[in-house]
Amino acid sequence: MASIKKQIKEASWQSNPIAYQVLGICSALAVTVNVENALIMGASVIAVLSGSNVAISLMRNVIPHRIRIIVQLAVVSTLVILVDQVLKAYLFEASKALSVFVGLIITNCIILGRAEAFAMGNPPMPSLWDAIGNGIGYTWVLVVIGAFRELLGGGQLLGFRVIPISFYEATGYVDNGLMVLAPAAFILLGLLIWVSKELGGAKGNE
Amino acid sequence: MDMLNNLLSIVTTSIFIENILLANFLGMCSFLAVSKKVETANGLGLAVIFVLIITGPMNWVINSYLLQPGALEWAGEQFREIDLSFLTFICFIATIAALVQFVEMLLEKVSPALYNALGIFLPLIAVNCAILGGSLFMVERQYTFIETIFYCLGSGIGWWLAIIAMAAIREKLEYADMPKGLEGLGITMITTGLMAMGFMCFAGINLKKEDDGSQKEKSAAVAVESEGQLASLSAAEGGR
Repeated sequence: MASIKKQIKEASWQSNPIAYQVLGICSALAVTVNVENALIMGASVIAVLSGSNVAISLMRNVIPHRIRIIVQLAVVSTLVILVDQVLKAYLFEASKALSVFVGLIITNCIILGRAEAFAMGNPPMPSLWDAIGNGIGYTWVLVVIGAFRELLGGGQLLGFRVIPISFYEATGYVDNGLMVLAPAAFILLGLLIWVSKELGGAKGNE
Repeated sequence: MDMLNNLLSIVTTSIFIENILLANFLGMCSFLAVSKKVETANGLGLAVIFVLIITGPMNWVINSYLLQPGALEWAGEQFREIDLSFLTFICFIATIAALVQFVEMLLEKVSPALYNALGIFLPLIAVNCAILGGSLFMVERQYTFIETIFYCLGSGIGWWLAIIAMAAIREKLEYADMPKGLEGLGITMITTGLMAMGFMCFAGINLKKEDDGSQKEKSAAVAVESEGQLASLSAAEGGR
């Protein structure tokens, strides 16, 4: 049990997929306009990642080396189709808001990166924990960025008003419109990476 | 003439106003990994343009004649009801992966010089989100075949432009003195943010002469970001 905890902690914090491994940046930025999208995206990625890691780990000894990328892509896109259909059925609004980015989970480097780096060489159970750890690591980064963008850009969190209207009127405070646009996502992620590297002891990758 | 205008506006929009990298965040991974040198960035950028122009129209054909609801009508009356759109993702990614492989082999045979120039980048492209994203956006915005070609061309050029600019900036950043935690990825993200802000200035250009209805339809397709844009526009107006 302790080793599982350690593995999850390491994957989600010390070697966080976004901050250290530079994986999965594309979707991390696009869906973080608010917390709700970030949570749904995080959950979808955890689902796909666990499924693909376990499936590929089970098949690791029978996949011919030369065509492994195609096999991995086939497994991942099947899982993404499942997630997409579930979202369309139960969370239609959210699936509209995420638009093409659900489909783009296929090319999310976290999924293929973990399949290639971990699941191809490890048994199913550790692969599952690795997937969950990385998924959590991905989700918390998304949620933090989403929270900043939603709070500063609209004064809300998860759709609830946090900064009261009276505060706007009393002080002349204005929402930062830039926060909901693309540049703020880049800059916030840059700052987040900076902070997490300073806290994590600046391992410095690249 | 109208059609020409429309195509021109699609190209300009996809290069500058809705740059696939800076506004839609597609292709970030390879953008970050390969933007250390202008030369390699150029190679990858050209390869992306090349693959996008081929895969986009090809996926359009697959989507319109195989996958869309009612797309199989050409095969006979009884197939009219079939809706295979849930297979979109797997078909697109298979096309892209197969095509990248095919292009690689073809180039190796036909033009070794170009193959050597692009060689190492081609396999990377199969998992570049910009390529799949281009195809998915084209479906969502319901472009026609010609529009798709121009959209893919524009997106490719936009991506190439962004990665070259980034590589040039990063070459200079090598000499900058900055906090240790900010080095590498951190400063790259922030610089990209500033670049995205620069590209946002193009948003003021209005090329579309279409009626409001279709314009709204198109911007609705970019739901995630344009929602934000509208919000910020109204916020900015409120501020004034």
